[in-house]
Amino acid sequence: MKFFHLIWCNLKRKKLRTSLTLLSIVVAFILFGFLSAIQQALVGGVEMAGADRLIVRHKVSIIQLLPISYEARMDRIAGVDFATHQTWFGGIYQDPKNFFMQNPVEPEKFLEMHPEIILPPEQEKTWLATRTGAIVGRRTANHFHWKIGDQVPIQSTIWTRPDGSRTWEFDIVGIYDGKDKGIDTTPMFFRYDYFDEARQAWGKGQVGWYTIRIKDPSQAAEVAKRVDVEFENSPAETKTEPEGAFIQGWARAIGNIVLIVAAILGAVFFTILLVTGNTMAQAVRERTGELGVLKAIGFTNGRIVGLVLAESCLLTVLGGVVGLGLAWLVISHGDPTSGLLPMFFFPTRDLLIGLGLSVVLGLVTGIFPALQAMRLRVADALRRM
Amino acid sequence: MNENQSNNGALVRVENVEKIFHRGSEDIHVLADLHLQVPAGEFLALMGPSGSGKSTLLNLIGGLDRPTRGLVTVAGERLDQLSDHRLAAWRARHVGFVFQLYNLMPVLTAERNVELPLLLTHLSKAERMKHVDAALAVVGLSHRAKHYPRTLSGGEQQRVGIARGIVTDPTLLLCDEPTGDLDRKAGNEILDLLQALNREHGKTIIMVTHDPHASARATRTVYLDKGQLSNEPVK
Repeated sequence: MKFFHLIWCNLKRKKLRTSLTLLSIVVAFILFGFLSAIQQALVGGVEMAGADRLIVRHKVSIIQLLPISYEARMDRIAGVDFATHQTWFGGIYQDPKNFFMQNPVEPEKFLEMHPEIILPPEQEKTWLATRTGAIVGRRTANHFHWKIGDQVPIQSTIWTRPDGSRTWEFDIVGIYDGKDKGIDTTPMFFRYDYFDEARQAWGKGQVGWYTIRIKDPSQAAEVAKRVDVEFENSPAETKTEPEGAFIQGWARAIGNIVLIVAAILGAVFFTILLVTGNTMAQAVRERTGELGVLKAIGFTNGRIVGLVLAESCLLTVLGGVVGLGLAWLVISHGDPTSGLLPMFFFPTRDLLIGLGLSVVLGLVTGIFPALQAMRLRVADALRRM
Repeated sequence: MNENQSNNGALVRVENVEKIFHRGSEDIHVLADLHLQVPAGEFLALMGPSGSGKSTLLNLIGGLDRPTRGLVTVAGERLDQLSDHRLAAWRARHVGFVFQLYNLMPVLTAERNVELPLLLTHLSKAERMKHVDAALAVVGLSHRAKHYPRTLSGGEQQRVGIARGIVTDPTLLLCDEPTGDLDRKAGNEILDLLQALNREHGKTIIMVTHDPHASARATRTVYLDKGQLSNEPVK
């Protein structure tokens, strides 16, 4: 710590150059934060997927429906614990920009299938007793200031009621939380029996997809095959895959998110590497004489290397902390797209990776100037004062 | 056995020293079979024309460079036997340098410049500042401690340089043309200071200079020309 003043003063020597370099590092880390949050929003669900859950969808595409009768047949397949279903409702609240997921489900089976959804028992009881009841995640409830007892109108973009109206009224009977931060608490779930009875003839008796709980996760591939074989050569053939792969498939519809994010960040940090490296190289070159003085008065080569590395690390860590801090502040306000990225948050793991990256950046950009400073011959360096 | 006794009475012994610089395919012989002894407490002036090797000799005695051949012994320590790391530590402990162009860190105040050599010790901040205050008091610059070099005159900057050179109470003070960049008045003040350090504080000083006026302040003057030392000026 006794060298901090010297390092800090050296960093402040060229204020404009240091500020511009710092600014570029800050921007890079803000970008890092945002891309991490976007990646989390798009593919983070894969990590939260249950290892013991399979998704069964129509073989052609997810928008093709499957018969409700499949549920009982699935329950009988060897290795299957039980199955339940969901259907895409595609509703909006008041305004098209207020888009979030709402799906009709079988309440009891749904809650049993998804233990990561935490709903107080009395609210569960009310849901089971209320045909028009719906439960909504904490995030959406907070966003629209909904509370239990509210009646909310949702306009479906797909499903019409017998009177031709697309507006469906639901009673909010429960507000659920996620078991941890990675659980999406934006969707709303309501009862399938109410939905199936109240929709027009099209689609009646059909569902969007099934979720199966299997008895032994190590047998997932075999059970998935058995399910698909069961419905082979039927009018609605199925494609069964682990829940993680199913969610990944959704993300892949946009592109290889991880690769895109890695490519953007790679380009950004490579540029920052050059910018910071250049700043440090210039700083050391301008200071050749002073480094000679330090060596003359007894600073060892190791200490000189340490001083230069500490200076470059201070620059990058400062930029990293400010950049990550700003990113965290903005991201903590939540999804900027009003519903397209419900799981938009800055994972702690990525925050720590960002901090580590700032240190690595400092070491990499500082090592060559540091070695250059180390190799200086004192007598030569003093002549360049 | 004290430092002086360990070296047969001489604090600095330079024996059969040869220094050759290589520039491309050319060998430049700067010092040849050179001998010098400096007893503790001496104020030695080293004179000679430009390019005669004065600064090279000073660098060898200060452990900033190594001889091509021969021995340099200071306070009983053979400098050629020390690794770079130990040589740096030895310099920190035994040598204070004063440079012609002061060589202060422009981003540090006078007191922070003086503190630099103390950063290599185990002294606490309070202890370091006590030593810094004492060194600045010796050179008469206590009132300018918080000033940056750019706000100090050349003479004041050189005083800060001297304070930095003596703050660790080194065995040896090596001055490379300390008045070379100063006017006569400021130069005299610096010479007064060096003389006082030698007489009152017993510091052993080796000073390279071109200036006969400066060398007159020393207790002994030796002359260097074409790599050889003599006690008489070169004609």
